[in-house]
Amino acid sequence: MTPLVEMRDMQLAFGGLKAVDHVTVDLYPGEVVGVLGHNGAGKSCLMKMLSGAYQADGGEIYVNGERAVIQNPRDARRYNIETIYQTLALADNLDAAANLFLGRELVTRLGFVDDDSMEAETRRIMARLNPNFTDFTKPVAAMSGGQRQSVAIARAVYFNAKILIMDEPTAALGPFETRMVMDLIEELRRQNLGIFLIDHDIHQVKQMCDRAHVMKNGQLVGTVDVSQVTEDDLLGMIIMGKKPDRGVLEYGSGPVNRTPA
Amino acid sequence: MVDAIHPPDATNPARPQPGPAPAAPPVKTGFSALEIDTRFLGMVGAFALICLAFQLWTGLRISSSANPFEWLARGTFLTPRNIFNLTVQTVSVAIMATGMVFVIVMRHIDLSVGSLLGTCSAVMAMMQTVVLPDWAGLGLGHGLIAPIAIITGLVAGTLIGAFHGWLVGYMMVPAFIVTLGGLLVWRNVAWHLSGGQTIGPLDANFQLFGGTNGTIGEFWSWVVGVLAVAATWGAMAVARQRRIRYGFPLKPLWAEMTQGAIFAGAILGFVAIVNSYQIPTLRLRRMFEARGEVMPEGYTAAFGLPISVLVLAAVAIGMMVIAGRTRLGRYIYATGGNPEAAALSGINTRLLTVKVFAIMGFLCALSAVVASARLTFHSNDIGTLDELRVIAAAVIGGTALSGGLGTIYGAILGALVMQSLQSGMAMVGVESPYQNIVVGVVLVLAVLVDILYRRRHGERI
Repeated sequence: MTPLVEMRDMQLAFGGLKAVDHVTVDLYPGEVVGVLGHNGAGKSCLMKMLSGAYQADGGEIYVNGERAVIQNPRDARRYNIETIYQTLALADNLDAAANLFLGRELVTRLGFVDDDSMEAETRRIMARLNPNFTDFTKPVAAMSGGQRQSVAIARAVYFNAKILIMDEPTAALGPFETRMVMDLIEELRRQNLGIFLIDHDIHQVKQMCDRAHVMKNGQLVGTVDVSQVTEDDLLGMIIMGKKPDRGVLEYGSGPVNRTPA
Repeated sequence: MVDAIHPPDATNPARPQPGPAPAAPPVKTGFSALEIDTRFLGMVGAFALICLAFQLWTGLRISSSANPFEWLARGTFLTPRNIFNLTVQTVSVAIMATGMVFVIVMRHIDLSVGSLLGTCSAVMAMMQTVVLPDWAGLGLGHGLIAPIAIITGLVAGTLIGAFHGWLVGYMMVPAFIVTLGGLLVWRNVAWHLSGGQTIGPLDANFQLFGGTNGTIGEFWSWVVGVLAVAATWGAMAVARQRRIRYGFPLKPLWAEMTQGAIFAGAILGFVAIVNSYQIPTLRLRRMFEARGEVMPEGYTAAFGLPISVLVLAAVAIGMMVIAGRTRLGRYIYATGGNPEAAALSGINTRLLTVKVFAIMGFLCALSAVVASARLTFHSNDIGTLDELRVIAAAVIGGTALSGGLGTIYGAILGALVMQSLQSGMAMVGVESPYQNIVVGVVLVLAVLVDILYRRRHGERI
């Protein structure tokens, strides 16, 4: 089975600091893969090379087995890679529709920005994603955390993402909204998307993820079958860089069979 | 919770099918239905107060009566002549202020606009008095001189602006430093180009952009006014039709009508005012003599709309379309709101910076046309301190220095407020040092009131 994404031997350095040090990870369609590690372990940097926010200093990215050149966010979008950033990356002064379509505006035949059709599309997708969302004319600065999150999620899933990177998608949310995001991740998995989930919440990782890549000090500690390891095993990998006795996967061993939780 | 996240046409960047959108909130009623920008309304109110105060004050100075209505009637501030002059004086700063809105929205600043205006003015003055007539051998008064000179000036302004933008966007030099350097450089490049001399008189066709020297007369002013009203109403009707087609919440019809009536009243009212400003008889006679004719006895004519004001109107419309209806404008505001988010959305914010400064440079050159044509010559100090007036106009007009927020029409109103204060004070005999004190205080006060207003409305600043 060809992986949806392979990142081989990725390297990224800031001055003398090796943020990502020869890391190789992969992702298959229909799976949720955790990317775990402490703050500064390099997990966000690794993902930002995939989303085009950072340019890799070394390594190769393959999408569906073919070499992909990703030098900026626009390139990543061409490979149907979408990212939901922890900061949400919203322009606070603009409304939901303007944010959803930022960089990919719908235009009229004369090339003018078509706010009406963008608002219509936004209303349509929001009715499905978050029926409580009704502020279509306010700037997103005036919205609650959950509503802002909805805009960021809508932006990622609207454009037929095949590969989704979620950076702590539930960190700022209440229990109800967290539930909605987790349901959504399940739904997207059923649609055969591949999802990289950066998360600090080990409990949530156990619930959501099939596999997990664990990083420490810029290096990959190992890749595990989440159903085969305990939360303590995961914490041991994250904190001490210690490989557990069971559940460690060789690179290229493919996706794991998910046992329904 | 969802079974089909992706709409069928999501991969297709073409237009989605219009259709009823779900869960439309109910139609608004009452005053809020007008959806008027309350901050803008406040500015209009402040402007009206300033006008009223100066009308009373100028009336008081020439009237011995104790009756305020008598002062109001005899005041000279709100006469067709003064309104005409006020508008013409505002144009140059207002044109640049619209560009400054984009610069400040992008979280930059441009301190060089006054000097850049000077350089563009010098380039155009030398083109029309030396380069084209002598070096190119066209001779003075040739019909091509004005257009070629203007195009040269506009290109020079745009290139210099783009150069500033390149230094800011690609070389990462702070805009404050780049344009502070530009303030010194371009003021003295202008001096170098003109050899420190006053250059004039400028080409007769060029002078048409200067205000009183170029107006379109009574008839054409009405034509322009009526067309402008028709275009405004047409645009409003089209916008409403689209909202109906998409099933969006609508403004009640009466609100739409009221707004249309206000626009029409403002446009036609202004035309009526400039059309009632009569050209002085002596000036008319000179105009007839210049054509080798004799003025008929009792002949009168009004100035009508100045060409410079039409230029400002065109700039205003163009800039509002860019701000609200183009990707360029959308990206400018998005970058100002959150530069990181804009970059992550694939927006080339560096190139965007170049574009914004290039627009600013173009508008400086356009202002140079209007300003030097109004003077009928290029002077060494043309545009001096304009950077402060332009920034003040944008800021009084509601542009936030923290970026992401600002309107074109606000900046134009801001320019008008500044000019009204200044010429009103001159009319009632306030000495120039005190004028500057007042203008400075008003600038700070305007921003303070705006901050207090936004804090009360719970906005994060």
